[in-house]
Amino acid sequence: MELFIRQLINGLNTGSIYALVAIGYTMVYGIIKLINFAHGEIMMFGAYFAFLFAFSLSFQLPFILVIVLSMFFAALLGILIERVAYKKLRKAPRISALITAIGMSLFLQHLAQLIFGATPYVMKQLVDTTPVTIFNFDISRLTLLTIGLSIFFMILLSLFVYKTKPGKAMRAVSQDKEAAVLMGINVDNIISLTFAIGSALGALGGIFYAMTYSQIYPTMGVLPGLKAFIAAVFGGIGSIGGAMIGGYLIGIIETMTKAYISSKWVDVIVFGLLIVILLFKPSGILGKNRKEKV
Amino acid sequence: MRAKIKNIKDLLIDPRFINYTIIVTIFLVMFSLIQFELVNRYIYNLLVMVLIMIVMSTSLNIATGFLGELVLGHAGFMGIGAYTAAIIGIALRPYIEVDLLLFVVSAIAAMILAGTAGLLVGTPALRLRGDYLGIMTLGFGEIVRNLITNLDTVTNGAQGLAGIPRIMTFPIAFWTTVLIVTTIFLFMNSRHGRAILSIREDEIASESVGINITRYKLLAFVLASMFAGVGGAMFAFKEGFLAPVSFNFLKSVEIFVIVVLGGMGSLSGSIVSSIVLVFLPEYLRDFKEYRYLLYSAILVITMLYRPKGLMGTKEFDFTQLKNKITTFTKRLKARFSKGSDR
Repeated sequence: MELFIRQLINGLNTGSIYALVAIGYTMVYGIIKLINFAHGEIMMFGAYFAFLFAFSLSFQLPFILVIVLSMFFAALLGILIERVAYKKLRKAPRISALITAIGMSLFLQHLAQLIFGATPYVMKQLVDTTPVTIFNFDISRLTLLTIGLSIFFMILLSLFVYKTKPGKAMRAVSQDKEAAVLMGINVDNIISLTFAIGSALGALGGIFYAMTYSQIYPTMGVLPGLKAFIAAVFGGIGSIGGAMIGGYLIGIIETMTKAYISSKWVDVIVFGLLIVILLFKPSGILGKNRKEKV
Repeated sequence: MRAKIKNIKDLLIDPRFINYTIIVTIFLVMFSLIQFELVNRYIYNLLVMVLIMIVMSTSLNIATGFLGELVLGHAGFMGIGAYTAAIIGIALRPYIEVDLLLFVVSAIAAMILAGTAGLLVGTPALRLRGDYLGIMTLGFGEIVRNLITNLDTVTNGAQGLAGIPRIMTFPIAFWTTVLIVTTIFLFMNSRHGRAILSIREDEIASESVGINITRYKLLAFVLASMFAGVGGAMFAFKEGFLAPVSFNFLKSVEIFVIVVLGGMGSLSGSIVSSIVLVFLPEYLRDFKEYRYLLYSAILVITMLYRPKGLMGTKEFDFTQLKNKITTFTKRLKARFSKGSDR
């Protein structure tokens, strides 16, 4: 039982990261129907930004400022990617846009390799990691911070999407782009905003991922990116709540597999799960079933 | 509508004859270059690699170009083929002395196993739409790579499988490639091939004219995976050593890039871009760090400015070339005679 709860906490930790990244996938998919393969790379760049802000300045920035600055720059990067690569392809066939996304993902990976080199950077801890004891369980402060901050930002996002005007516009664009234009919504700005928010949250996920595994390298975004995508599909792609649930579920399934089955088979099981979901309920847990019309 | 061949003159202008002659000529030129040792070992290896990439890209072209489905796990089928051929090749080496026979036996086994995998994945997967199918094949590719790594009693895991007989000579590779590309070409120009093309153009319209969509989609998918298995077998016998890393997502993307750049739906486009994308990086050795950066930039730029790729869906044909040259010279003549009138 003790092992189980410990693994559950680990699962929540990894799950928070996946949920944060999955939100980016799901928001972009919801609004322009594109699987943004470059999202894992934004996560990676977010981690590099945090590293630069934390260790390359002559003075020590407070942790929260490091996070906010990296999120801001990742958001800019997200907007830039959308403007450069995806904007022209909004009316193009889906397959062209997808190929572009794959190309962008590879481009960013190798750009990072060129700038920062292929050798991993060691991410020194930015926060105090002495464990806290809650109900006789020693939990790392980092874990608490990851889970806490992730949930905080997810609540913030939900408030934004469901309670503010730009959030309403965002939902309108994802429902019907043409009608949204007729209502006086600037679709280009809303799409940029979506990319900015998704990228910022992805960067946050990347920072936590880097701190949990204490390493940063150019291809670090690939595997968590894919798993976050699976989480987004699991929860129902296009649904923000679904991405959160899916993220936590995938995180918990992964840690439980590691603990009780074998760490060798984690990827096989997670990818197998993806295939099973796609076969039996491609619309995911919270997704809506859409019939295709002629 | 082909003209009947009555005498030698008819034979000489027959498109089939011209194309076959050109293939044989290319082979004889390459082969004599190798025989007289005008080509060093390094170029020789690259040539065989080009042939392998031609097999991989033309086979992916069936599923991605002609059928129009996004397949991101082609390296997975290649891996299945490579490991099957390698294991059978190692086991049968003491019994079969002839290289060609050994290759044929293992390649057929690789083809069957990769095809079976294609059938198993394709049957459920092809119900899904475009991008979901892409993700599913991606997941499949990753599962294959993980299985190869984890089943270390059979595949020797991450350390890699060594001691595979290196029997992939240029002639074997060349004629295997010719056989496969010709088969794909003939298939795509048959009734079944045109059915597959019609699915790409409009699924609903082709269903309403009585094409069994599921069956043809599956047929294209299985054919693609079968030939990818042969490509894998060629790779195994060329390298003599296999590691799971060779069949990762990046490999799938590399093959995919070749197909996209050459033109989705053009076999000759795939051939040309295989040649370019194998040789180009080797000559860009000095810019090694920029290699993949360049690759990905080319991919994005192609999609933005020439989404149909180099050749689009057109095929390059030597007989067409002849016609084009004659029309071109006629135009030139016409222009010059106009000029003299003035």
